Amino acid sequence: MSAAETTVRPRRSLLTNPTLRSIVYQVLLCVAVGLLVYAAISNAADNLARARIATGFGFWNTTAGFDISQTLIEYSSRGSTYGRAFWVGLLNTLLVGGLGIIFATVLGFVIGIARLSSNWLVAKVAAGYVELIRNLPLLLQLLFWYNAVLKTLPDTRDSYVVAGSVFLNNRGLVLPRAVLQAGSGALALTLLAGMVAAVVYRIWAKRRQALTGKPAPVLKVIAALVILPPLIFVALHGFPAVFEFPERGRFNITGGVEVLPEFAALLFGLVIYTAAFIAEAVRAGIQSVPSGQVEAAHALGLRPNLALRFIVMPQAMRVIIPPLTSQYLNLVKNSSLAVAIGYPDLVQVFTGTVLNQTGQAVEVVALTMAVYLVISLTASLVMNIYNRLIAPVGERA
Amino acid sequence: MKRIASILALAVVLAVALAAQSASAQTLKTVKDRGMLNCGSNGTLAGFGLPDAQGKWAGLDVDFCRAVAAAIFNDPAKVKFVALTAKDRFTALQSGEVDLLARNTTWTSSRDTSLGLNFTGVNYYDGQGFMVRKALKVNSALELAGASVCVQQGTTTELNLADYFNAHKMQLKTVTFATADEAIKAYDAGRCDAYTTDASGLYAERLRLANAGDSIILPDIISKEPLGPAVRHGDDQWFDIVKWVHFAMINAEELNITSKTISDALKSDNPEIKRLVGADGNFGEQLGLTKDWVVRIVKHVGNYGEAFERNVGQGSSLKISRGLNALWNKGGIQYAPPVR
Amino acid sequence: MTGVAGERAYADLAFVQRAPIGALPPPLAMRGPWGWLRANLFSSAFNIVLTVVMLALIVWIGKSTIDFLFIDAVWVGHDRTACMASEQRPHVGACWPFVWERLNYFTYGSYPIPQRWRVDVFFAMLAIGVAWLLWLEAPRRDLGALYFFVVLPVCSFILLSGAPALGLETVDTSLWGGVLVTVVVSTVGIVVSLPLGIVLALGRRSRMPAVRLFSVIFIEFVRGVPLITVLFMASVMLPLFVPEDLTPDKLLRALIGIALFASAYMAEVVRAGLQAIPRGQYEAATALGLKFWPQMGLVILPQALRVTIPNIVNTTIGLFKDTTLVFIVGIFDLLRTIEVARIDPKWATPVTSPTGYAVAALFYWVFCYAMARYARHMELRLSAGQERR
Repeated sequence: MSAAETTVRPRRSLLTNPTLRSIVYQVLLCVAVGLLVYAAISNAADNLARARIATGFGFWNTTAGFDISQTLIEYSSRGSTYGRAFWVGLLNTLLVGGLGIIFATVLGFVIGIARLSSNWLVAKVAAGYVELIRNLPLLLQLLFWYNAVLKTLPDTRDSYVVAGSVFLNNRGLVLPRAVLQAGSGALALTLLAGMVAAVVYRIWAKRRQALTGKPAPVLKVIAALVILPPLIFVALHGFPAVFEFPERGRFNITGGVEVLPEFAALLFGLVIYTAAFIAEAVRAGIQSVPSGQVEAAHALGLRPNLALRFIVMPQAMRVIIPPLTSQYLNLVKNSSLAVAIGYPDLVQVFTGTVLNQTGQAVEVVALTMAVYLVISLTASLVMNIYNRLIAPVGERA
Repeated sequence: MKRIASILALAVVLAVALAAQSASAQTLKTVKDRGMLNCGSNGTLAGFGLPDAQGKWAGLDVDFCRAVAAAIFNDPAKVKFVALTAKDRFTALQSGEVDLLARNTTWTSSRDTSLGLNFTGVNYYDGQGFMVRKALKVNSALELAGASVCVQQGTTTELNLADYFNAHKMQLKTVTFATADEAIKAYDAGRCDAYTTDASGLYAERLRLANAGDSIILPDIISKEPLGPAVRHGDDQWFDIVKWVHFAMINAEELNITSKTISDALKSDNPEIKRLVGADGNFGEQLGLTKDWVVRIVKHVGNYGEAFERNVGQGSSLKISRGLNALWNKGGIQYAPPVR
Repeated sequence: MTGVAGERAYADLAFVQRAPIGALPPPLAMRGPWGWLRANLFSSAFNIVLTVVMLALIVWIGKSTIDFLFIDAVWVGHDRTACMASEQRPHVGACWPFVWERLNYFTYGSYPIPQRWRVDVFFAMLAIGVAWLLWLEAPRRDLGALYFFVVLPVCSFILLSGAPALGLETVDTSLWGGVLVTVVVSTVGIVVSLPLGIVLALGRRSRMPAVRLFSVIFIEFVRGVPLITVLFMASVMLPLFVPEDLTPDKLLRALIGIALFASAYMAEVVRAGLQAIPRGQYEAATALGLKFWPQMGLVILPQALRVTIPNIVNTTIGLFKDTTLVFIVGIFDLLRTIEVARIDPKWATPVTSPTGYAVAALFYWVFCYAMARYARHMELRLSAGQERR
């Protein structure tokens, strides 16, 4: 018999048994959280019942009765419901978020690359831009841009007019509207088919070049695939839309498509602000690429812009994607500041007017939060998948 | 250490849960125990509720809150004013943050029912109007077809505006802002052709434009806006008190009792006056107040007419005439049931 | 023939340069200021165009800013007439008298004038706390942390909201405003969010599934929604969730919202720091027989927090900027006092708004930039130790 077996292990008290303790802690935590939630819910139910406030989503199908200044889908104060108002607000949020992401990405990459420019002045101006914009609150910037937009643009009567049909004034930018006629669907389909064909062709050309080294003419063929079919269609059937040109009314420019100053100011502010953060992410990404890579590219005879495109950026993107994702999400979340300058986004329409008209704070705020949560989680998911796709083959899990 | 923390957390949770059960609806008792009336008011509207640079509040709604405090405590200063936006006013009342909401709030059926409010009366009969720039040469709201109108969101104003333009088949471009401040600023910057809110508000807001003289207020009134104080559902005693403070102020005006003549009124032989000032009967005690409740109100705050003239009438910068808000026997519709 | 003689013979025949000639200076165009300009600004046609465009941009923005702030600015006056454009003065810049007159309002809001010394004392106490924590060579920084996270909050609360027992008149939070509120909101945010963030970060890395689950849900939920909805929740929903007689006041509700929001972000920052600590540290601490809390408190957190200081400061910058959002739920922070002041009829002019915004921009930029520099400095200092020489 060995000594170890004869040693009497000290009896452990139940109190110090780690497994048991961990279970007890967790049960306690669950109970505490459960009680908190229960208390909150019962309080809310109590408070609501005592004050006889309506609950539930019964208001969803009630006529809203208020106007919204920008609607992407059919909406009128006379017949549309609160539910419709919710969708209008959500679409407006998505519109400003989507456009903001595109522009902010372009501007952010330009400035991020400019910060590393060999041109001293360009690098300094880019650095100054980033330091200035990052260190000012977005809300202040939005208020500033909104005021700047209203102040610098002329009154309706003195609108800037381009070609008699595009008006720019402090009520916004008014463009001719294309009113679709019969056959526009077919035209769209032709265009879409051309685009699909172009994508397929590009994939094929790339694969062939990878396999055989023979390049195929990409740009010309793609351009032909996209442009020619719709052109032929128009030549055969005529253009399936007429333009409705805006005209001066007594107060405003009537007709046409309007771009509101609130929208312009919000988009501008969001893009300027987010681009500063994206620029920093891009700079960090580029700097993370070992300098040997660039030197090797130069040694192979690649010009600086080609080296950037084929050697540096593909490697930098892996570092850039995660912070870029969070900046995209920030942009969408920050678009809720629209409420300060009167752009009818989800928060302004739904937690603003709808909450006030119905008084049902719990339902309205909870639904709004749920929407943003869904957007955030979806975006994280998509970006994670993309990130996995561009990871180097050896590192793929 | 962690165990202690867990036990503490549990205790806190239990305490909160227990406290939840004991919530009461006795507003008068709560107010008396607190020694202070919490009153939700506007905070940005001259004539109704606006603190000056020293934080001293003034306005018709503010005076109403002071009158309630005077009736309860015999001290009009025992009010804590809470500045509320159009957005958070109902929640503040529902949640008990304020005991009384006197914030130029329009009495509508849905607010009276589904929001859990009880309106106690109408302390200002208002109607929605428009302000436009003189340069536009508009004389009537009916000429506003196609105009851009700035409006504050979450108000009956926003709904009336859409209704009015729909009813007259006119095109409308609304631009909504979260606060009246932002809406008026946008109007001033030329974003809109017209600004709309309650007529009384238009007079007050016009003073804040860079050039007040450039804008006019159109004569059209497009809606009924009976503004009044509101309390929570479920406490009838408190509802009665707030309701009768308003009636007492009107009755006092009707009987020509002012803050200056209140001491003479105490010696009056007029049975109506005797009942009102508590020399006869115990009407104040029936309310849960004291006999001299009306004396306290009138002495500290004045009658309805005094409060009106001081805040929005000839004694103020707004210079609004009594109009609908004159007493029923002087061409208006302010009318109070008798105290007896 | 000896070598010497031979050499001499050659010397007679031809000149031989024996010492190497010193290198010629590079051409004038490649050195000195000219060379620098060529290399850095005018190296190619594209760069020349860029440089010219940038110069034009700088001149344009710089000139209009300086014109507005100084050259065309109005320095004295009593009301808006001084700042209105007129025949003699078609271009009016910043309206500084408006700022002088409203400076106290921007700083204290409606805090009662005789009581304003209390706010000054609070600012001074806060400055001491911040300096103590940030100055790395300061004596007894452990006491500093205690002061900042315990003593300061308690004292400031008593000082600012008042304690009748100590002869300090009660000042309602609805009177607080301006810089005071901005500073209070951001201080409370940081004082609450750091400890709470640490707890959440530890919870997220805990081995207990329930603890981990709640932490993850909280962190991801808060990070997934905009701050403004959290503030709306705090201001309109919170009152319904607590018993009627416990309703916290408006400022407190916003503070709760901000603090919860900031702690979720802080938790992620701290978690990154915890992940940077090598496993060996945990194992060594366990081997020494340290239990969970001593292990965290004595071994892991001191190292993890040190490497996260730059990120903590960066999160604080974000928090400081985000405090402006309380503006939307109707609390009088600096930005809102400026917004309110600029529609005061006494000063309503076209230049009042830009002047107010310039003041706000200066305030926020100075503080944020200072913090950012500090974070950068810390980063360099920390990485200095990591670099191999």
